Amino acid sequence: MGTVTVFGLCAAAVVGLGLYGVIANPQPLRKIIAFNLLGSGVFLLFGVIGRRGAVAGIGSDPVPQALVITGVVVAFSATALAIALLLRLFDTAGPATLDSDAPTRPRPDRFGG
Amino acid sequence: MPAPATLLATTADGHLLVLSIVVPVAGVLLSFVLSERYVRQIALAVMPVGAAIAMAILLALPRGDGFIVYLLGAWSPPLGVALRADGLSAVMLAATAIIICAVGVYAAADSPPAAGSRRVPFAFWVLLMAIWAALNTIFVGGDLFTLYVALELLTFAAVPLVSLEGRADTLRAALRYLLFALVGSVFYLMGTALLYGLYGTLDILLLSHRVSAEPGVLIAAALMTSGLLAKTALFPLHLWLPPAHAGAPAAASAILSGLVVKGSFFILLRLWFDVLLALPGFAAAQILATLGAGAIVVGSIVALRQDRLKLLVAYSTLAQIGYLFLLFPLALDGQGRLDTGPALAGGLIQAISHATAKAAMFMAVGSIYAGLGHDRITGIGGTARALPLSVMTFALAGFALMGLQPGGASLAKELLLLETARTGQWWWAGALQFGGMFTAAYVLLVLVHALSPPDQPVALAARPRRGSDLAALALALCSLLLGLLPWQPYLPIPYALESKLFGVESLVKSLITVLGGTALAILLSPWPHPLVGTMAWKDLARVLGPFRRAGLGLGGLVERGDRVLRQWPVAGICMLAVTVLLAASMFGAD
Repeated sequence: MGTVTVFGLCAAAVVGLGLYGVIANPQPLRKIIAFNLLGSGVFLLFGVIGRRGAVAGIGSDPVPQALVITGVVVAFSATALAIALLLRLFDTAGPATLDSDAPTRPRPDRFGG
Repeated sequence: MPAPATLLATTADGHLLVLSIVVPVAGVLLSFVLSERYVRQIALAVMPVGAAIAMAILLALPRGDGFIVYLLGAWSPPLGVALRADGLSAVMLAATAIIICAVGVYAAADSPPAAGSRRVPFAFWVLLMAIWAALNTIFVGGDLFTLYVALELLTFAAVPLVSLEGRADTLRAALRYLLFALVGSVFYLMGTALLYGLYGTLDILLLSHRVSAEPGVLIAAALMTSGLLAKTALFPLHLWLPPAHAGAPAAASAILSGLVVKGSFFILLRLWFDVLLALPGFAAAQILATLGAGAIVVGSIVALRQDRLKLLVAYSTLAQIGYLFLLFPLALDGQGRLDTGPALAGGLIQAISHATAKAAMFMAVGSIYAGLGHDRITGIGGTARALPLSVMTFALAGFALMGLQPGGASLAKELLLLETARTGQWWWAGALQFGGMFTAAYVLLVLVHALSPPDQPVALAARPRRGSDLAALALALCSLLLGLLPWQPYLPIPYALESKLFGVESLVKSLITVLGGTALAILLSPWPHPLVGTMAWKDLARVLGPFRRAGLGLGGLVERGDRVLRQWPVAGICMLAVTVLLAASMFGAD
């Protein structure tokens, strides 16, 4: 098993862990951390692709590195925005959950009249 | 498609594409430099310039073989990044410019700079320009990674719009929206990684010549598609849409519902109709359209049961998004592959028609909310007299949306119906007709309540500004006249359709839509009819009673199902399931 394969499998495992965390964890902060894990898995995948050399004749391709750097910046901004929203939510509403919908008004009588 | 060589060099009007992105970005940066006092003036100055650029692109396109290309830094792909505009981009750029300008006028007239909070208007104007820049980048972006970055910019600009007012429920809606959209974009990014690994380029044009139906491509296609579906909020991945679109202020809702979801939809069209044409798309297209049909039924039924107008309009967006996805199976050619034809044109016209109509509708509802101080559907009796312009805007936008002549939706429906006949998929013709009827149902429901006499005299909390009302009305009229525009130079429409728009046949079709909608509204809406108590209604109620009870029971079930689907874990699993289903369908066909 070559290095590339090992790293590829690692990337898959990290993506899987992140995905599980995003879907299964109820707390928003943990969801944000799990999203970062998921993103890291994808960046690792880019690294593997760069190392493998997508373009014929180039041993290690630099383009995926450029893509990963951009991706890291995007993921960083996303995390910052999510944390800012979470802090505001905590300030206004106390313990922050995503579970409940906006409070609904009591429904009127169903069958007309 | 012309030879690749001509598309790998900057064309004469290429700089227009750069300007279309740079101008709104410059507006954003200038706003930060010049602080909160001038932001409105900057935004109002950027708007005509941006609109002029979009119109210039629209005019320049037919001159240059239908393509405009700009290579950034004169580096050609695969190493460089290209901006490209075709007919699809040009019409979307123009539609976006018109809607942004209308919403800008609405907001400028509506919000006199409040003494206390300058931050909210500042954030609104900056985010409006940021959304414009992101959308323009999506429309002219020439490679999949540029599209990824643009998509993220769009989300980052759209999310704070949801929580402009800073209430706890809107903050929660914004956080839900952001987190779910992020998962969607990671899926998309994973797909681009796989495509780059296979072909060594992400340039759309180069990929389109290299892609073949390999296992890696099929998985990438499934991942990218479901990621974009999550961002577009196609049923059953819609958990974030109703609270986000209903909670935002009216002008922000208009942008979110009209434009932002179209961004990811446009990338989906690019992906399937430019990159993945070689894939066996038959089963995947059927799956997408089935989800679309599900969205129409669930979105419309739940919309008919909402007690707040804004939520009704938000659920209507959900249904209309489903309608857009009906184009996929109708674009299949004889070999079961997707083909750029009238179905694509119809889908895009429908998207523009919905964007204009829905933005107008949200602005009208915003005026009604501001006028009455609430937007409960059972309490809007007499609004037609108190706020005639707002109700008229709602009516015109609704007529355009349900496919009355000469609206864009009627042209789109005509094109799609012709394609159902050509491809022999009659079942989608049923879905198209039902979609129109459902739309008619919730539009008529609102109009009947607004036109009915009030219980007590209507006391207006605030009178909406004339400028706001006129901006919304202009946009609604725009949507209603879209069917008359010359689309042929930009979209693949092989035959003339104008004659079909005004025949007796089309009149009968409209009548059927309206009558069907009335029946659906009576059967599925739980709200007491304003005419309750009159003799005629009592007779009708006796006949319809059992049917209505059955309809309401069904509606209750659908609403409960919708509530289950909008829970986070369920939506997450749905997303994985959609991905697996799409991949499996393509592997099965291969």
